[in-house]
Amino acid sequence: MPTLTINGRSLSVDAANDTPLLWAIREQLQMTGTKFGCGAGLCGACTVHVNGEAVRSCQTMVGDVAGKKITTIEGLSAKGDHPLQKAWIAEQVPQCGYCQSGQIMQAASLLAKNPNPTKEEVVAHMDGNLCRCMTYSRIQKAIMRAASEMRTASATSSERRPT
Amino acid sequence: MNFIDNPRKLRGFEKHIRVEKVSRRSILKGLGVTGGFVLAAPVMSRQAFAYETGAGKMPHGVVVDPRVFVSVAPDGIVTIVGHRSEMGTGVRTSLPLIVAEEMEADWSRVKVQQAHGDEVKFGNQDTDGSRSTRHYLMPMRQIGASARTMLEQAAAKRWGVPATEVKAVNHEIVHSASGRKLGFGELAADAAKESVPAIEGLKLKNPKDFRYLTKGQIGIVDLHDITTGKARYGADVRLPGMKYAVIARPPVTGGKLVKFEPDDALKIPGVEKVMQVRGWPWPSKFQPLGGVAVIARNTGAAIKGRDALKLVWDDGPNGKYDSVAYRKELEEASRKPGLVLRQEGDADAALKSADKVIVGEYYIPHLAHVSMEPPVAVADVKGDKAEIWAPVQSPGGTREDVAKTLGIPEGNVTVNVTLLGGGFGRKSKCDFALEAALLSKELGAPVKVQWTREDDIHNGFLHTVSVERIEAGLDKSGKVIAWRHRSVAPSIASTFAAGTVHQAPFEIGMGLVDMPFEIANISCENPEAAAHTRIGWFRSVSNIPRAFAVQSMVGEIAQATGRDQKETLLALIGSPRIVKPAVKDLWNYGEPQDSYPIDTARLRKVVELVAEKGEWGRQVPKGHGLGIAVHRSFVSYIATIVEVAVDDKGKLTVPRVDTAIDCGTFVNPERIASQIEGAAIMGLSIAKYGEITFKDGKVQQKNFDDFQVVRIDESPVVTNVYIVPPGPDTPPSGVGEPGVPPFAPALINAIFAATGKRIRSLPIGKQLEA
Repeated sequence: MPTLTINGRSLSVDAANDTPLLWAIREQLQMTGTKFGCGAGLCGACTVHVNGEAVRSCQTMVGDVAGKKITTIEGLSAKGDHPLQKAWIAEQVPQCGYCQSGQIMQAASLLAKNPNPTKEEVVAHMDGNLCRCMTYSRIQKAIMRAASEMRTASATSSERRPT
Repeated sequence: MNFIDNPRKLRGFEKHIRVEKVSRRSILKGLGVTGGFVLAAPVMSRQAFAYETGAGKMPHGVVVDPRVFVSVAPDGIVTIVGHRSEMGTGVRTSLPLIVAEEMEADWSRVKVQQAHGDEVKFGNQDTDGSRSTRHYLMPMRQIGASARTMLEQAAAKRWGVPATEVKAVNHEIVHSASGRKLGFGELAADAAKESVPAIEGLKLKNPKDFRYLTKGQIGIVDLHDITTGKARYGADVRLPGMKYAVIARPPVTGGKLVKFEPDDALKIPGVEKVMQVRGWPWPSKFQPLGGVAVIARNTGAAIKGRDALKLVWDDGPNGKYDSVAYRKELEEASRKPGLVLRQEGDADAALKSADKVIVGEYYIPHLAHVSMEPPVAVADVKGDKAEIWAPVQSPGGTREDVAKTLGIPEGNVTVNVTLLGGGFGRKSKCDFALEAALLSKELGAPVKVQWTREDDIHNGFLHTVSVERIEAGLDKSGKVIAWRHRSVAPSIASTFAAGTVHQAPFEIGMGLVDMPFEIANISCENPEAAAHTRIGWFRSVSNIPRAFAVQSMVGEIAQATGRDQKETLLALIGSPRIVKPAVKDLWNYGEPQDSYPIDTARLRKVVELVAEKGEWGRQVPKGHGLGIAVHRSFVSYIATIVEVAVDDKGKLTVPRVDTAIDCGTFVNPERIASQIEGAAIMGLSIAKYGEITFKDGKVQQKNFDDFQVVRIDESPVVTNVYIVPPGPDTPPSGVGEPGVPPFAPALINAIFAATGKRIRSLPIGKQLEA
């Protein structure tokens, strides 16, 4: 029985090693924020982080991620107040909302490495994530807003740092 | 001709398919009254409504009863029922917001409760046809005003003052003469004992006092849950002991299972059972197609099990359906006279005598909805009771169909509506919920049926495939004197009645016979076309091919006469006027002509507004072009300008889109903007990529790699939306669908301006690369 480290907790799943991580997360661990969209790595609705990298959980097998650090939308922030989550609300991004946890997870992996992305970098990073309601312009705005907020926060915290 | 009078509302429809203009509503008269304060709209006076809508003609009509929709708890929390399905339009927020506005509730102390499917209780629940705000703005205001009046009466009694002296202000009732105040919560118990006031006497708020409506500052109620992964969609429902099912369905519409070999599937770890699913003969309406279900302990195992099945199918009568051959059939049919639907003057003679005739044949293939959430449903059937959890646009219809399919009373069926991960018309058809119900009954356990993306694309209810042929005759001055439009496309009615070859009133009423141009000689015809797959409603429906054809032809006329596109368009629209219906009983999106006439002043206005704000005629860089299109659909008026850029390799991008919409009185301009932004990109997806093709009766595409939709890198850089401010008492009209139709023709006209190439066949694909 593989043991997975998800959102800081160690959880064992009753699944064969070649089970897609998506189904283990959704059906066994009952964390349903990660969505099934295509089953083929084409839409990004199932995006989670493995050791900080955004991956498609429908194409990632349980056996390959045992012992690695997995983060789902449920674990992105304690109170749902990650700058991206706040920006998503400020820009009123979602329509149906189904793809949005995948979009947010994909965006979070960008901002963790690149706090000051250009629009082109945002587009290049996000173009594996589909939205059929076509909320793309707001997704882009929300990512830029969150990046800006994160930079301000980090500038503020460094100012406060004792010299 | 087999006519359907009641579009999208095909429940019980099969009984009436051969009867002209019999709507389901006509047999339901009187059924709406089940005690309490339940009214069907037709009995309401015009004063009560300020304007009349078609809401009362929908199955089960409208229920205006605060006791059904509003409850106030002693702690002051107001719970308002949202009885329509949320698929991304924001309706689960906007209808309750209307109630809160009228009752002076503080939105931060309001909870929204999703109604289950029960149309006797809540009135019609079909969330389709861009109808929710149009039909429910006034009833929701009346419900809110009733609740407010009951709270005011209760306070007045408690204080022993006339009710006219008290007033609801932000979640309290105040008596300003004495300075006394009571919170809604403190009055809840007493207010519940008050009689419900008569609609006719209700005092509605003056719109200038609105705090929420028209302001656009309230986010949708599910925003936080969506961004934290807590929002619950169909697939997120889990019941104790639930089984997971995936179904292999006939690859050809109308096909049947000959035999199946389950052994390899049963060897997959987690697979528990393989069983046959009952299917209905074609045309199968909303009933399941049948096939073989793999039942497993998780969805992943069920999918693997299905892959391991050995299946033999009899493809049936549609086994030769071939999109290349079918297109030729449609084109040939469009070149011969067809059933004449509308005739004014003598189009034949005028075309013969014309100085110049421009002919355009416009093709749009089948399209799939591909909502991000594929169809999915959970059912728990125990004895003669059934409970369903599903993302359905039509919970009332689902309830009826589950009852009928299982042979149990409708009252024994509970349909719980989850959030919909997109709908676009696909989830108006409840076949997936019926499959779950059938399997649960047979297994004696709760079941989730999950459609994969491949299932969604292979076994959907596709948008039709069409050839729209327009011949425009011009006199020496370049004035259009003749217009012949032949529309050839298999009808949605074919999904319900065998042998259907003509389009239904609700299809021909979408931009064909209601075409508003001021032309002396007009002929609209509908040659025959038989269907070979399930055709269904797709966001904007027949308006997509109609706007594409008509507005492309306007561009072609401008091109032929060397005139400006916008001026050509305004000249064709002609004088500001109310267009008299050119056909008897013109289908007007189910709305009365009095409230919702075809008003060319409004049509002109959106053209002029978008031209002004969108800077029509501005200088654009080399390789760029501007195109414009206007269309009336879902009784709204909408015009779009697209700026396109085409590089030397034929790659197109869209730097800017401007859209003006007149949707009458509106609730939430922010969600109107989001719908229009999304509609533009959906229009771009249709134009660039949208194509489902058949060979040997089977769909040739399977997933998002070969049925592509636009991704963020191709999304328009700038999308501007302008909303026409409504006049006093302008009835509300559609928002969810009208944005799609004008996009493709505006783009195509822009491509011509940029490159001199005229595209008449969608998708554009590689046509610009040559």
